[in-house]
Amino acid sequence: MKPYLLPLTLSVVMLAACAQQPPAQQVQDPYANLGNGALYQGDLASGSLPGEATAQYFSSQVGDTILFAANQTALNSEARAILNRQAEWLTKHQEFSAVVQGHAEETGTREYNLALGARRAGAVQEYLVANGVESGRIRTLSFGKERPAEVCSEESCYAKNRRAVTVVSASGVGS
Amino acid sequence: MFHKLTPALVLALGLTGAAAVTALPALAQDGPLRIEITDGVTDPVAIAIPDFYGDSDLAGKIRQVVADDLTGTGLFREIARDAHVSSHDDFNDAVAYEEWRAINAQALVTADVSGQGEEINVKFRLFDIFAGQPLGDGMQFVARSGDWRRAAHKIADQIYSRLTGESAYFDSRVAFVQETGPKDARIKRIGVMDYDGANILWMTDSSSLVLAPQFSPDGKKIVYTSFESGFPQLQILDVASVSSRPLTQGGNSMAFSPVFSPDGRWIAFAQDNGVDTDLWLMDAATGTGRPLTKTHAIDTSPSFSPDGKRIVFESDRSGTQQLYVVPVEGGEPTRISFGEGRYGDPTWSPKGDMIAFTKQLGDRFHIAVMRSDGSEEKTLTDSFLDEGPTWAPNGRVIMFTRVTPGGNGQPRLHSVDISGRNMRPLELDSAASDPSWGPLLP
Repeated sequence: MKPYLLPLTLSVVMLAACAQQPPAQQVQDPYANLGNGALYQGDLASGSLPGEATAQYFSSQVGDTILFAANQTALNSEARAILNRQAEWLTKHQEFSAVVQGHAEETGTREYNLALGARRAGAVQEYLVANGVESGRIRTLSFGKERPAEVCSEESCYAKNRRAVTVVSASGVGS
Repeated sequence: MFHKLTPALVLALGLTGAAAVTALPALAQDGPLRIEITDGVTDPVAIAIPDFYGDSDLAGKIRQVVADDLTGTGLFREIARDAHVSSHDDFNDAVAYEEWRAINAQALVTADVSGQGEEINVKFRLFDIFAGQPLGDGMQFVARSGDWRRAAHKIADQIYSRLTGESAYFDSRVAFVQETGPKDARIKRIGVMDYDGANILWMTDSSSLVLAPQFSPDGKKIVYTSFESGFPQLQILDVASVSSRPLTQGGNSMAFSPVFSPDGRWIAFAQDNGVDTDLWLMDAATGTGRPLTKTHAIDTSPSFSPDGKRIVFESDRSGTQQLYVVPVEGGEPTRISFGEGRYGDPTWSPKGDMIAFTKQLGDRFHIAVMRSDGSEEKTLTDSFLDEGPTWAPNGRVIMFTRVTPGGNGQPRLHSVDISGRNMRPLELDSAASDPSWGPLLP
């Protein structure tokens, strides 16, 4: 069995507030929710801000997650602002590629949500490509409703689960 | 428990004469005892299942499984054994119909379990008490002793079929997904079990997220969606050898929602190319595929008609999820759902007459059925989240996933009959989802 991730909220706060070393270890579970800087598993208490050319910088400073309205795949202005920054960063850091994960809330059938998550990821990919990122550097992936960011069965959680998360890595698409 | 099953031998016994009693006029029924499943049974048939003859401890276990199968349908009520007044010493003793009538038994099952070691021999007879005669021939099943549950299911299947006129379903298997771990990092693996939850065999380990297994028509293969490559793709597994292999590869598309055609030659599935999700048909032997639908919409959840000529699926091409039927050779799909709410997960009944589906109305989910032309829609269940219906081999019972709400919410398998009655959870040790009911075993 592969390891679980540490609680996400805590690491986000500390990433923003503290300095740190490059990650000591990447989490191996490819199915874990990779949004919001969760890749970072290093020492949170010391070091310097992550370099700009790091996945940690991308997730914590550029912003890796955008949200959608229920059953929608349209990008709102807030989402577009984050994606503009993502496109800019990806244009600047050509050695990185991206996997866009699409997610859906639990109130939908499993099969429909897989397709809905795919469509959300596709909408992000399309936007990034329109803003100058080479399409070959972006892959899309849908988790449907299988990997919620928040687990409650209320709109406050659903709103956070209707999302697309852009995960960047320096070692090629999908790896 | 984990060895492979061999088909039970079925032999009709020429024994009916041994128990033959002069037929008496029916007292409380017109004609032979008969259950009409679709007519809204209000009073379950009172059935007596006295202790089976035979010394083996299996006799008691087999009797219990037969009783559980029958009462589990909601169509039968077992008369407690301590109320029985009639007793016999031998399987071939004549039935004292009057003594069974005295306790208002409508049907009687007698059985004998013999054999030792590797092989058991189970004989049974069914009697119509008010008609005062046997219902069908006595029968004998020879099975490996490890397959005693199958022998019990075979007996229950015979009783069910004789009394309902329907084909049977107890001796069948269900593929499903076991779910463990927290809701945001769920661990899933595919298992195969008897329809009643016994004899679970694990088909995948828990290293990869797996979804929505679907049995092949012969029950020997399972297609499913796996994230083993990091992306959702189709895999096929061989149940006997518990070995799996990929059916689709990455590229820039995702594949999910696979289902076999009734002849096992084709696999229909949904493929997303980053822009839209379309249905595809793949030759199961060669892996070559062709598109079946092409729209700027989500087309998913295909299911074949039993004659293999049409496919029902869900699509949001109209703006909301609705059900459509398309010929397998392609062409313009025909919309068949027109009610309120969102329609998904359509599954064609093995009898061909009905389609089961998931219906989302407001913030509630329902399992529902309609005739295959879309008429006579009927809602069977209502909950926070019901989805993924699958048909029993005889098209009379539907199993589905019910999920409870909240951060600790769990999925659990339930079944309900097509009249909407007899809803019951399947008792399993862990959370489970995505059932696929396999064929009646030979």
